[in-house]
This record gives sequence, C-alpha cells and structure tokens, in this order.
Amino acid sequence: MEVPILKQGDFLIATIQAALTDEDLLHLRTALVQHVVRSRSRGVIVDVTSLDVMDSFASRTLRDLAHMIRLRGAETVIVGIQPEVAFAMVQLGLRLEDVATALDLEEGLAYLNQKFKSSA
Amino acid sequence: MDDETRVRINSDQDIVVARQKGRSLAVALGFSSGDATLLATAISELARNIVSYAKTGDIVLKIIHGSANSGISGIQVVARDNGPGIPDVQQALRDGFSTSGSLGLGLPGVMRLVDEFHIASVESQGTTVSIKKWKH
Repeated sequence: MEVPILKQGDFLIATIQAALTDEDLLHLRTALVQHVVRSRSRGVIVDVTSLDVMDSFASRTLRDLAHMIRLRGAETVIVGIQPEVAFAMVQLGLRLEDVATALDLEEGLAYLNQKFKSSA
Repeated sequence: MDDETRVRINSDQDIVVARQKGRSLAVALGFSSGDATLLATAISELARNIVSYAKTGDIVLKIIHGSANSGISGIQVVARDNGPGIPDVQQALRDGFSTSGSLGLGLPGVMRLVDEFHIASVESQGTTVSIKKWKH
C-alpha cells in the first residue's frame, strides 16, 4: 500500500489511507525523506487520520522520519491521531517526543505557515 | 460463538491481519471503539514480538464468558511461538527492558492495555502470552 505524497508550495503532504505494514511504513519514511531533498521542501505533514492502530513500530518509524527530515532543515507535523489511538499509545507508553502534532490537516498547515512566517 | 480464529504469524503483513481480526471480533461483540482499539494495539504488539523474536507462531482469538450468571463476555488472545523463549520473564515485564533494540516497552505496555495478562516462557522452547479483555 503506497502512500501518496502531494506537493503543495513549500510543503509535502502524505496521507495514509489504509492500514500499513512495517514495510509500508519504512517505505514511506524513505520516500518522504528523499522527496524533501528533491523538492527542497520546508515542511512535511503526515496525515494519520485513517490509522486505527499506532503501535510501537509505527510510532518509532514516524518519530525517526521526523528526525531525519529535521536534519534536512525541514519540519514535520503528524496530524489526525484519533482519540482512541492517542489513548492506546499513552497506555502502551509510546511517545512521539519532540515531534509536532496537530488536530487535522488544516491545523497542521497553519502550524507550518506560522513557523516559517516567524522565522522568515 | 465459541469458535476460535487462528492467525498464522509469519511476516509483518500477518501483524496487520491479526489486529484487524481482533478488532472485528471486538466490534462484533459490542466493545466500545476505544476498547477495540486497545485490544487491536495489544494484538499488534504480541504479533510483533513473534515476528521479531521467534519468526513464526500463531495468534488465537476466542470469545470468552465470565462466570455463570455474570453475563459478561470478552475476548481471549493467545500468542504462541516456538522461539528462543525469554530467559528472565520478570525482567522482560519491567518497563524499559528489551533485547532486540526495540523500544523495550512491549510486554509491560501490553499489560496496561488489557484486563488480564499471563505469560509462560521456556528457554529454547517458546513463549505463550495469554491476554483477556472484557466488555465493559
């Protein structure tokens, strides 16, 4: 299951549309990092609204992805973590640590726009 | 309703299959969406341990009933493998312990997601983890 990556101005938007295997997640990580390099993006949004389970591997892979992208000087926002998923993640002891999150795509875009406006 | 669902775990794709079957069963039994998510997440972690440590094993899902007249029902999940086993189970149940470079939050985290948790492991013979989640 390939995750489509859309380019919108300085940002990339990856919308997860179905359950992902570990291999799919690793592929997404690699594809996004490469895309950031290729398109010189400043921000990345990963929309996980459709994810019904975020286990240890998914959390770690998304966190790694955000850290790799940060090393390129770009910022990642994870948007759309469902309330039940958030509850399960905390119970399981999973943390996204310093990775930015937002309610939905709109809020994620607002966050990135604000961030780059204030640093400009 | 006492039928068992058995999912063979051989690869990362089977992790997704197992947790989806667990969620479907939970929803069919009338679990809340939140509890179905907790169960599906627990199954995902147990299946992941099988793939990471033992390569293969299976996960059996079963609808269970409480003591007579209690009327409560729930789901039992048994994750079994014939892998290397866990040398020190008590250590593995402490937060922060891992031998595969993973987060080391596997089993203690799973315990917090479910109502009952039981583990039996024999070195070089395998591990069986049994969890129960009741419908609240």
